[in-house]
Amino acid sequence: MKKLLLTVLVLLAVVASMMLFSCAGGETEHLYVYNWGEYISDGSEDSLNVTKEFESYYEELTGKRMKVHYTTYPSNEDMYAKISSGTSNYDVIIPSDYMIERMIKEDLLAPVNIEAVCEKYGAECYYDYIGEDYRGLFYDPDNIYSVPYTYGRVGVIYNTTMVDEEDLGGWELMWNEKYAGKILQFNNSRDGFATAQYMLGLDVNSTDRADWESAQRRLLEQKPLIQSYVMDEIYNKMESGEAAISAYYAGDYFTMLDINEDLGFYYPERTNVFVDAMCIPKGSQNPETAALFINFMLSPDIAIANAEYIYYASPNSLVFEDEGYIEEMGPEAMEILYPEGFNFAEELNTYAYRNLDDKTLDMINSLWEEMKITGGLPTSVYVITVVLVVLIASMIAAVVIVKKRRARWY
Amino acid sequence: MKRSFMQRAAAAPHIVWSVLFIIAPLIFVVYYSFTDLDGAFTTENIGRLFTSNYVLIFVNSLCLALISTVVCLVIAYPLAYIFSRMKEKWQRVMVLLIMIPLWMNFLITTYSWMTILEDTGIINSLFKAIGLDPVHMINTPGAVVVGMVFCYLPYMILPIYTVMSGIDPKLLEAASDLGCSGWHVMTRVVMPMSLSGVISGITMVFVPSISTFYISQKLGGGTFQLIGDTIESYFVGTAINYHFGAALSLVLMILILLSMAVMNHYSDSEDEGGRRIK
Repeated sequence: MKKLLLTVLVLLAVVASMMLFSCAGGETEHLYVYNWGEYISDGSEDSLNVTKEFESYYEELTGKRMKVHYTTYPSNEDMYAKISSGTSNYDVIIPSDYMIERMIKEDLLAPVNIEAVCEKYGAECYYDYIGEDYRGLFYDPDNIYSVPYTYGRVGVIYNTTMVDEEDLGGWELMWNEKYAGKILQFNNSRDGFATAQYMLGLDVNSTDRADWESAQRRLLEQKPLIQSYVMDEIYNKMESGEAAISAYYAGDYFTMLDINEDLGFYYPERTNVFVDAMCIPKGSQNPETAALFINFMLSPDIAIANAEYIYYASPNSLVFEDEGYIEEMGPEAMEILYPEGFNFAEELNTYAYRNLDDKTLDMINSLWEEMKITGGLPTSVYVITVVLVVLIASMIAAVVIVKKRRARWY
Repeated sequence: MKRSFMQRAAAAPHIVWSVLFIIAPLIFVVYYSFTDLDGAFTTENIGRLFTSNYVLIFVNSLCLALISTVVCLVIAYPLAYIFSRMKEKWQRVMVLLIMIPLWMNFLITTYSWMTILEDTGIINSLFKAIGLDPVHMINTPGAVVVGMVFCYLPYMILPIYTVMSGIDPKLLEAASDLGCSGWHVMTRVVMPMSLSGVISGITMVFVPSISTFYISQKLGGGTFQLIGDTIESYFVGTAINYHFGAALSLVLMILILLSMAVMNHYSDSEDEGGRRIK
């Protein structure tokens, strides 16, 4: 049944795209890049426009014109829904570790033959500059399907003017009643549960319902203190001082710090570690150009431009060993992004999210939903509703009575 | 009447469209509602809806939708009347002014309301500047109602205004000549004649506000949930469960159909009454 609908939709999409391309002419090649929002240097604020650069690079290399079509997604799950429906033809995507694991398992990714493609085009291959620590990770042990783009950890962002120093340090800050109404929580089940699980020392990849239920209890305790459950709104709310405490990705903290200098940041003892890596979906029409693009993203100028723009830690030694980059980021940012003595491989294996089976995911979502829907509206809302209903009912009754009376007269 | 071949052919695109994009999705909603993750028949999804948590969500949505609809009606009715009695040139200007907010995406208007209502937002900054105490507005049901009223008000004003501008002013004059006071002109002539506009206005506001999801998330802060939010989270959450999401949508659709049937019932009986009096 699902297949049938998909087939119809695919047919429609194919017809529509053929109509589009028949007008475009044969000379230009197309590359479809699908990435997170705000996750590439895009030419704003005097930065390098990476997609434009690739177009001219490609033209120089092959003599053919290139058009990069760049679109964004807000979450791994949105991206997954689109790719797995089979209706899209993206060439490059940048999912996170656990999602790559899932997509490999479901046979949705094509191998990235970066070295072979570089050789064919006579381009310099930059894959070897990926740090040793960032290869052969759990989601892609043989480095076949992915090339790491960034990595990072989740930490707690707080407003130094509103939060006392002695309260800092752990996940407990997000449960501190002193800051009721000033705390933001993730509006997504996996990250939201993780804050409670790391605090309690539970495994974020547990398949045991009891574990998730004890995390849910903590989230329910936290609920009255929460100002709102957010994802991207966090920027506004933290930058304006509307909220004082929130957990988020380290790189994004610097984006907020640019606007609000009062913000501080720390990593709790146990916290999520993630890698986002570049992959080529099975449906790609152009896997070779895609691999060329991925190689281009690793080249020094481009990789540094991206890392400086998005503030996420880079696994590329051409970036993290570059002196200009280190100077540009400054010692404080370097300490947060690349802390000394941080054992990446071990932390990733302990704290990364893993792909879970459908039944477990369904259970997590139900528990999260249950937590979200607990608690009603203030009583005043119900009182007003009842008053309105009574008013409306009596008005209707009055009209009906008047009408009946009139009907008797005429 | 027998339709000619051409007439049938002209209707074909519409029929194809309806089957593809209205009937087929509806069938899918029903199919998913009654199957589990493995595709086997089950009534568990529907059964789960009748646990206290989910009933509360439906009640919450109904309450807020009802309040928003009434607030819209109370604001829109006098406005529509005033507009319809203006000079034609001004009527056009007014209709344009009402339409302008509709040109803007409602996500953006909602986001702006967030900035306006926040504790450090525009209103509270103003209060602070003139020495008043700040008022907490964001993340309350009141803020959600404000957002919904703002978004859906044009859908209430426009149908009422359209019907009212069709009322012949001579009728109002005649009513006054025959001894009606201003109040009676309003209640005996204008109100019954504009009822069809009110009914379609109520439908056009109530239906989107009961299924709203973005407004309640942004202005309510996600600390209480409405039915639209819940459906959304089952279709684009971390664990997608189309089956339960479809069951929620199905019940919501039935709820909306029921309320529309009730509305239609009243508007029909009104028409009959009118005819009899004539």
